[in-house]
Amino acid sequence: MYAYDEIDRTLVNERVSEFRDQVKRRLSGELTEDEFKILRLQNGVYLQLHAYMFRVAIPYGTLATNQLRALAHVARKYDRGYGHFTTRQNIQFNWIKLAELPDALEDLAKVGIHAMQTSGNNMRNVTSDQWAGVAPGEIEDPRIWSELIRQHTTLHPEFSFLPRKFKIAITASDHDRAAIKIHDIGLRLIRNEKGETGFEVLVGGGLGRTPFIAKTIKHFVHGRDILSYIEAILRVYNQYGRRDNIYKARIKILVHELGIEKFSREVEEEWQQIRNSSLQIDDEVIEDIRSRFTYPAYEKLPHMPDELRQAAADPDFEAWRKNSVAPHKVQGYSIVTISLKPTGGPPGDATAKQMDALADLADQYSFGEIRVGHEQNLALPHVAKRDLPALWKALDKLGLATPNVNLITDIIACPGLDYCSLANARSIPIAQELTRRFANHELANLIGRLHINISGCINACGHHHVGHIGILGVEKNGEEVYQITIGGRADENATLGTLIGPGVKFDEVADVVEDVVEAYLALRERPEELFMDTVKRLGVEPFKERVYATR
Amino acid sequence: MTSPLEQKKIRIAGPSVVTANRTWDGIVVYRTAARAWSAELSEAAIVRNSEEAKALLAEAVADDVGAIGPYIAPVQIGADGRIVPGNLREQIRRTGVTIGQPAQV
Ligand code: HEM
Ligand code: SF4
Repeated sequence: MYAYDEIDRTLVNERVSEFRDQVKRRLSGELTEDEFKILRLQNGVYLQLHAYMFRVAIPYGTLATNQLRALAHVARKYDRGYGHFTTRQNIQFNWIKLAELPDALEDLAKVGIHAMQTSGNNMRNVTSDQWAGVAPGEIEDPRIWSELIRQHTTLHPEFSFLPRKFKIAITASDHDRAAIKIHDIGLRLIRNEKGETGFEVLVGGGLGRTPFIAKTIKHFVHGRDILSYIEAILRVYNQYGRRDNIYKARIKILVHELGIEKFSREVEEEWQQIRNSSLQIDDEVIEDIRSRFTYPAYEKLPHMPDELRQAAADPDFEAWRKNSVAPHKVQGYSIVTISLKPTGGPPGDATAKQMDALADLADQYSFGEIRVGHEQNLALPHVAKRDLPALWKALDKLGLATPNVNLITDIIACPGLDYCSLANARSIPIAQELTRRFANHELANLIGRLHINISGCINACGHHHVGHIGILGVEKNGEEVYQITIGGRADENATLGTLIGPGVKFDEVADVVEDVVEAYLALRERPEELFMDTVKRLGVEPFKERVYATR
Repeated sequence: MTSPLEQKKIRIAGPSVVTANRTWDGIVVYRTAARAWSAELSEAAIVRNSEEAKALLAEAVADDVGAIGPYIAPVQIGADGRIVPGNLREQIRRTGVTIGQPAQV
């Protein structure tokens, strides 16, 4: 967990009272919507189809149980009893009343939660691996560095008025769970030959209208220089960034237009001028942040407790354990992923009741800590293995033990036309139908790792470009039409998917996905060959043939 | 979302209404002939040509305290005179999400 200091708390409280005053002036007509819009966006408030939407940051995806309970409370008191976890370690509430928003913000501020950096053309909350600090083999807890960057960039003038919004993600493991290659800046924590900690820096990733995979701009930046290096990137960006055209204003476009070599030369030049400035990080600063991240007092526990051995006889438990339980850096403990993708449910939604119950379970079994990942699932980061059977039973009762993590029904979907004012087509009902089609666990397991990502418009909030199967909703003559891509991925080998052919109608999407999956099952060389490997080996043609032969 | 200003250039193709979200709570509302906002589509003022649409929109835009983001949206009028939304987006705005919501808890 992380202990905020007094400065943060004061800042958050000031923001709440400021916003209360702004809302009051808005409701009295003293502020027009034009004047108010930027203020509400700074506090995470969007206008959606049905209501205001309120987006709350969960910095580096770490939540304490009192914070999760506060989110449940907001869902219950100010909304319709549920919240939606997004791909950016945020939670969104869909039905908030503007007049009640200051109260909701105040209730959240009491537990140190806020909505800063969730919207607007500023530095967005720095995201990180949801297994940070507990993943075996990670270089160091990446949240220490996320926090350093957060402190430096929050409200820093240079970062508050960027040409466009700006997103950074950090990973410290070989397997990238933070999708750093689709962020404006991606940081991979590494160690050089001398054993010093630093970063491989990637720049210019992003999806949306013009998707790009981030490119490596520097193979090693020493940890103490990371702020000056980021600052140098931002300066070059601020200098060139196209403020005249919002579609071209992202750093990915700049990197693409200048070319990575020229861009990195410019950054290097800028960096040499500032790297020995006050931006150089003192060891004490890092130590101070490091000391605020506390880890539980783990017990010395056996690798294979009796409870686990006994429970292994229950095939349902085993199915869940094999799917949702991952190794922990400490012997005798596990990381448990909690699927928010029940059959037939909207991906990423959790009810207030589930959130409260989960908070209780986290207190009982995970040292009071919950994590939020970018796949719209949650995790309990410190579960003793002996507690797994009891935890599973409790989760199952709450509808939170669907054993489908990383399987075809673990779908990432944006809110789409059911909520979003920018949408062209619905996303959630497509996801719901797909979870029903592939509800059979044996079938899903047979198919193996397969990520479906769905977006309701080109803004790509559902990351469709990097879905193994990507589904993009567009509108054609007043009808919802879906373009299907295959072969994308968001991990350390990030690639953009390839379109397989003309768009298909709403009712046909699930059939098409079934065809693609059947083609894969027929084409794979052996069961271990994953979908994306088959696509890589054979290209999209055989899939295209299969899908369009009968259409 | 299309801004009202851009929309002023747009010609309407059939019967239309002006819709927005109510400022204090965000719910979907429609501009009425009585220069007010109503949550009922049945109470919406119907405009049938671009001049009327423009006028209704201008009048709605002026009521910034009442509702935000007003724009012109198509409707259909049934034989019985009932007004129904003219596209899926407006239908979802009127009747809510198509996906079922988790039980209220
Ligand atoms: C429903 C309200 C939402 C609105 C109005 C909205 C709006 C937008 C817009 C306009 C963009 C494009 C920005 C650009 O051009 O760079 C965007 C990007 C993005 N949104 Fe959303 N979004 C919403 C919900 C969500 C949700 C629920 C998620 C997560 C599931 C999400 C995740 C993202 C991500 C990851 C991107 C960045 C894609 C990129 O790298 O370019 N958004 N959003
Ligand atoms: S991708 Fe489009 S439809 Fe989906 S949430 Fe983002 S802006 Fe809305």
